Amino acid sequence: MLHTVNKSPFERNSLDTCLRLSKEGSAILLIEDGVIAAIKGTAESSKIEGAVANRPVYVLGPDVKARGLTEDQVIDGVKVVDYDGFVDLAEEHGAHNAWL
Amino acid sequence: MAEYEFDTEGVKKTFTFMNRKAPYGTVYALEVLETVLISAAFEQHANIVFADDGVYQLKAGHDTADIGMKNFSPTFGIIEMEKEDADEDEDIDMNWRIIVEKESMEARGLTEDDFKVDVEVIAAAELADIIDASDCVIGG
Amino acid sequence: MKFGILINEGPFTHQASDTAYHFTKAALEKGHDVPRVFFYYDGVNNANKLSEPQADDRNLVKLWGDLAAEKNVDLVVCVAAGMRRGIKDENLADGFRISGLGQLVEAGMGCDRLMMFGD
Repeated sequence: MLHTVNKSPFERNSLDTCLRLSKEGSAILLIEDGVIAAIKGTAESSKIEGAVANRPVYVLGPDVKARGLTEDQVIDGVKVVDYDGFVDLAEEHGAHNAWL
Repeated sequence: MAEYEFDTEGVKKTFTFMNRKAPYGTVYALEVLETVLISAAFEQHANIVFADDGVYQLKAGHDTADIGMKNFSPTFGIIEMEKEDADEDEDIDMNWRIIVEKESMEARGLTEDDFKVDVEVIAAAELADIIDASDCVIGG
Repeated sequence: MKFGILINEGPFTHQASDTAYHFTKAALEKGHDVPRVFFYYDGVNNANKLSEPQADDRNLVKLWGDLAAEKNVDLVVCVAAGMRRGIKDENLADGFRISGLGQLVEAGMGCDRLMMFGD
């Protein structure tokens, strides 16, 4: 299953619920405002720092760039993908579960 | 306007309907239930899951008179009837589960007795497996 | 692979329709099929031909319509959700059609993946 999270962890609990209700090992892609969770050195960084230890985590590059953030600021172990990569992840990981 | 014809003959999938928002503040709860009911016409398996503030959708005693909105909680009675029909009628190959996440329920000080319909209360780790095994996830 | 797309938000308040559009375009360019996009909730507003975005911004109503024409994508607006929000045949943009919620369930049944974009 491919989980996507499109909400900032500062705004809503979507990432928390995604982490709680998804299986270890299943992939998470952070999109839209969800990319904020992938940034190093914030008060919420520990959630994704913990997640990369037991599952693949991706972030949508166009959404990072649009928000004035750079790939250098992305937490180690989180892979940056573009929309092509999003499609590949959807193909590889099975059903899509969007945590809104 | 290219109308596409799907060949859905004999297709049996498991849909998970994810309800995570409180009722009335937004329309998501109501419109998800409409999708659940339509899926019955196609005899698909369904997990109707309530987590986070979505558990309040099931709370008994909604009284919307003073906010002037339609009370949609009777819809749960219809869903429960559909489920019971499917459970009892051997000719209907449709397994529906109405599931509340235990952690969300407890975090809000609720118990099974607070709900309008019979539910399965399932802990997050087990619920994660159920969701993971579904083919389509629809929510609002 | 066949991708079905579900869009739950309109073209302006949320990014959902934008992300869905970029995903759909990328999938088609990679050679996948996207037989149907289903517009539900406020997503029906993506089909309002009376909407006039500012000239220097993207126009998702037109972008979806153009993509549908070019790549033969079936753009379906939920009749019940549309009626509530005033999306009817009179103001339906080119490339869209109005039908029932069963078309969403069918897309889920008939596609390898159902991708949901919302808020």
